[in-house]
Amino acid sequence: MSTKLKDLVKKEDVLTSGHRLCAGCGAPVAVRQILMGAPDDVELVVANPTGCLEVSTTIYPYSSWNASYIHCAFENVASTLSGSEAAYRSLKKQGKIKDDYRFVAFGGDGGTYDIGLQALSGALERGHRMVYVCYNNEAYMNTGIQRSGATMKGAWTSTSPHGKDSYGKTENRKDLTGIVAAHNIPYVAQASISNWRDVVKKAQKAFAADGPSFINILAPCHRGWRYPMEETIELARLAVQTCVWPLYEIENGKWNLTTKPKEKKPVEEYLKPQGRFAHLFKDENREVLKSIQEYVDKDWERIKRLCGEAE
Amino acid sequence: MAVINSKTVAIVGNEAVAEAMRQINPDVVAAYPITPQTDIVQAFSAIAADGLVDTELVNVESEHSAMSACIGAASSGARVMTATCSQGLGLMWELLYIASGLRLPMVMPNVNRSLSAPINIHCDHSDSMGARDSGWIQLFSENAQEAYDNIIQAVRISEHPDVYLPVMVLMDGFIISHAVDRVDLIDDEKVKNFVGERNAPFTMLDPNNPVCVGPFVHSYYFEFKRQQEEAMANALPVIKNVSDEFEKISGRTYGLFETLGMEDAEFAVIAQGSGAGTIRHQVECLRSNGIRAGMIKLRSFRPFPAEELIKALSGVKTVAVFDRSTTFAGGMGGPVFNELRSSFYEQEAKPLMVNYVYGLGGRDLSVELVKKAMEEILEMNSSGKAEQKINYLGLRE
Repeated sequence: MSTKLKDLVKKEDVLTSGHRLCAGCGAPVAVRQILMGAPDDVELVVANPTGCLEVSTTIYPYSSWNASYIHCAFENVASTLSGSEAAYRSLKKQGKIKDDYRFVAFGGDGGTYDIGLQALSGALERGHRMVYVCYNNEAYMNTGIQRSGATMKGAWTSTSPHGKDSYGKTENRKDLTGIVAAHNIPYVAQASISNWRDVVKKAQKAFAADGPSFINILAPCHRGWRYPMEETIELARLAVQTCVWPLYEIENGKWNLTTKPKEKKPVEEYLKPQGRFAHLFKDENREVLKSIQEYVDKDWERIKRLCGEAE
Repeated sequence: MAVINSKTVAIVGNEAVAEAMRQINPDVVAAYPITPQTDIVQAFSAIAADGLVDTELVNVESEHSAMSACIGAASSGARVMTATCSQGLGLMWELLYIASGLRLPMVMPNVNRSLSAPINIHCDHSDSMGARDSGWIQLFSENAQEAYDNIIQAVRISEHPDVYLPVMVLMDGFIISHAVDRVDLIDDEKVKNFVGERNAPFTMLDPNNPVCVGPFVHSYYFEFKRQQEEAMANALPVIKNVSDEFEKISGRTYGLFETLGMEDAEFAVIAQGSGAGTIRHQVECLRSNGIRAGMIKLRSFRPFPAEELIKALSGVKTVAVFDRSTTFAGGMGGPVFNELRSSFYEQEAKPLMVNYVYGLGGRDLSVELVKKAMEEILEMNSSGKAEQKINYLGLRE
């Protein structure tokens, strides 16, 4: 399948304009890039857990989705979509429906890393053919910027504020992509909306996988990260260039680094433009900054090693 | 009535339910094991493994996911079933409201079991009573036969266009689920014709008409909820009509509740579930001694047939309600008692009403206990006074 712009622009948008997400939000960019990788000859069922994307795209009696869509609850998008996919297989084998369908879930990091992790794990283990996309903005943005398991150490959030006795979130984020990879599903990837062609290629592979597939895509939120709204793509790019968010895929168990930064930038270049990390640049938090750089370095080396790229 | 059943068997309630599921042949079953429901899922898994059904069986990782998968599948036009009880029903709680709020037909046997803590695996009705305001139709069964018959009828009730609500079929844990009982099975073909095919008005799998299931609703929420209340009221005649049709293939009569001796009863006992058997025996004993006792066995708890019950109880001086759960309202008694009392509020002639809370955590409802209660009720009926409104039957005090 093509990843040329001249072909991709001809595709009909599944998420149409008129939705009510914030200007500068990374989520609809992620959705549109991913769905550019969906095959043309299939129908789609899109599912959301509760979150920004859901509340802003399905305000009754309107829908921004040019496809069948379901929202059930917060922690269960994977199991809800499991049911749809099972219904599809059942009705198809009985000859009650003819068209080909693909099933795609877009969950935020709260609905995926935290409250939806059990349902996701169950669906992956059962092998439902679905593309699960985590649009990751590293906090509960829909409820007003609370920490999640995806939030980076040192970040201010409304439930991990910095104060006299605190420098913000004290724990590192969990490695969700690694947790998903441990399910040995056909396709797992990390992506960023700054690298759109990489996203489309990964989405094409995810939709082609004969089984569950998972893409963890970084989708910055300017409201939560505290930066000017026009810099969303730039922030996503800095996350890749500093190796805070390495881009890789695991295809049938084989790890592959899909983007190698020419020069690995210091993590401060990514943290500095974001208000959520501003307090880390005070003298008393120098050690925290250092520990974040150490965490990123160690993680980057680990991923390079897994991808057979270690020097 | 002519003999129209094909096969009489001795099986436990859970097997009877699995047999009904085989005959219904749902498109999707998503379930998770929990005592004492497990045998339903096991027996149905064996049926699916032998290729006797077209069902996609989804062995989910929790009851929460079981109900979520049922919601996803029902939204996709499939006929779906699951089964649960107790803590499993508790874990499903938020999804129960979503299934009914989305107006999705589905059928779920709930093998009534107590709720923790303390943990206890035996029968009472606390689990399903906790879900009484969740918008599900709730039908009680007295024995394995009724559980089997209710499951088959539930499909038709749930999918009726005037209703479109999920149905819970209630059957007492162990007492019905694990006890061998005589069950008359209906011919496969008759059941197949009776339930027909699901004809969903909207499905996510219609390419010409994609649908948005579960949108974010600010301004019409109240109207949606009012419609749900309307649908529940509509279920009353639908349950009766489906019961009439079912009688033609089974020879068995249901309706909203069953009565005994109500044509001349001076006092009446109301019960639901397996306890009705023991109570019926005592009522029959009293009647054979010339005492005008009556009984109502409530089948449909949701919808609650208030008007019909008032009518059936008119002319009765005393009503004793047996509840296998309590409301923890601080001495208000059980849920059936409260709802029946509330139903009588506008009536000029109100019977004396007493409540017997019994059988929590599987405490046996013995013949002796019911006999003791009947003596008390008789005494209340003749004195016109109740010493104690809320009674705990068989409690160590």
